[in-house]
Amino acid sequence: MSCSRRDFLKQTVASVAAAAMPAATFVFLTPEQANAMVGDSVRRWIFLVDTEKCTGCGLCVKACKIENEIPYDAPVSRTWVERYVVTKDGQTYIDSPNAGRDGFTTGEIRGEAIDPENIEKAFFVPKLCNQCDNPPCVQVCPVGATYQTEDGVVLVDRKWCIGCGYCIMACPYGVRFFNPVTKTAEKCNFCYHRISKGKEAACVQACPFEARRMGDLKDPNDPVTKIVMTERVQVLKDEYGTKPQVFYLGLDERVR
Amino acid sequence: MKNHVLRPLWLAIAVVATVLIAREFLVPEDFGVHGDSFTYNFYRLSNVQEWKDFQVKYQGRERCARCHEEQSENNAASMHAIIQCENCHGPGVDHPKKIKKLPIDGSRELCLRCHQKLAYPSSQRSALPGIDGETHKKKKECRKCHDPHFPDLEDA
Repeated sequence: MSCSRRDFLKQTVASVAAAAMPAATFVFLTPEQANAMVGDSVRRWIFLVDTEKCTGCGLCVKACKIENEIPYDAPVSRTWVERYVVTKDGQTYIDSPNAGRDGFTTGEIRGEAIDPENIEKAFFVPKLCNQCDNPPCVQVCPVGATYQTEDGVVLVDRKWCIGCGYCIMACPYGVRFFNPVTKTAEKCNFCYHRISKGKEAACVQACPFEARRMGDLKDPNDPVTKIVMTERVQVLKDEYGTKPQVFYLGLDERVR
Repeated sequence: MKNHVLRPLWLAIAVVATVLIAREFLVPEDFGVHGDSFTYNFYRLSNVQEWKDFQVKYQGRERCARCHEEQSENNAASMHAIIQCENCHGPGVDHPKKIKKLPIDGSRELCLRCHQKLAYPSSQRSALPGIDGETHKKKKECRKCHDPHFPDLEDA
């Protein structure tokens, strides 16, 4: 093998330059992954929750359960609404009776009456599957029964799922559960059957206050995309690196 | 080579061959990597279509308005215009073909989802007109006095 002095120097300079380049140079995307790599025709579904608008009526949960044939009285749900009540003495009360299916029609939280005079702030937070860009639930599936579609929604193949429950344990948001009827893993899929027919998701349609909205991240003129790109939105548990695609407006630090 | 060395080797080869042949028949043709990543896009392609074919239950107020013009117009003029018909009337999927009349939810609990007063200073909930369900005409259905399609009593 021959190596001239010139070649040796060239290669040394090149490799030193390459080594000096921080790894971050190659992964400096985001502003929503550069608008989810705009360009090709496929969509990237996103969800926007405006917690300021939610009044805790729970019509979204009711509609979701009926639309997606989730057993109505079983303690499982694809989406749920949490209530947070912060009192003046610094206590935080959180509840979600029946996943918020019947709304919040009493001031009591877990059987405990709270003096209205003592309430500093209170709010409702709807939750659902975040359709992560890096879904940990998909990584752990041993049989390839759950996957990410090309438009970014994570689906469960009910015929292929063996019901081992790994994905239920892997989801940091506690979104997945075991469907007692199909005996498979179950989760919100943004009402994939509706959105792919041009309809709104059941919860989005049922919400009277537009607290829940959906959009396409690849369409720069989409009103929801505009909000996500230009306003101050938050995601849940950002530190897990899951890259959630459900964005929240007006989120409180107490919400995890 | 000696027989006792070869025998387990043949056995191992036979097991591998059986698995490979069984795999050919058991794994559907469309199962594989469909996308950029083996980690996230390893699946049975026809399942996407199976999900797309899932039955839609909630039809939306536009479909209701096609037949129920009067009620839709009334409701659209009222403060309840933001509420979907099917939130109270139930999903219209098999209506009117299989289900002649949709069961209407006229319960107090339905109204109280929004109109139970909760003293939450920073929440939109307190901006809605609210009553205390425990004291306000406790045994009566709300619709006996309030028209759900036109709830603004003052203007009635």
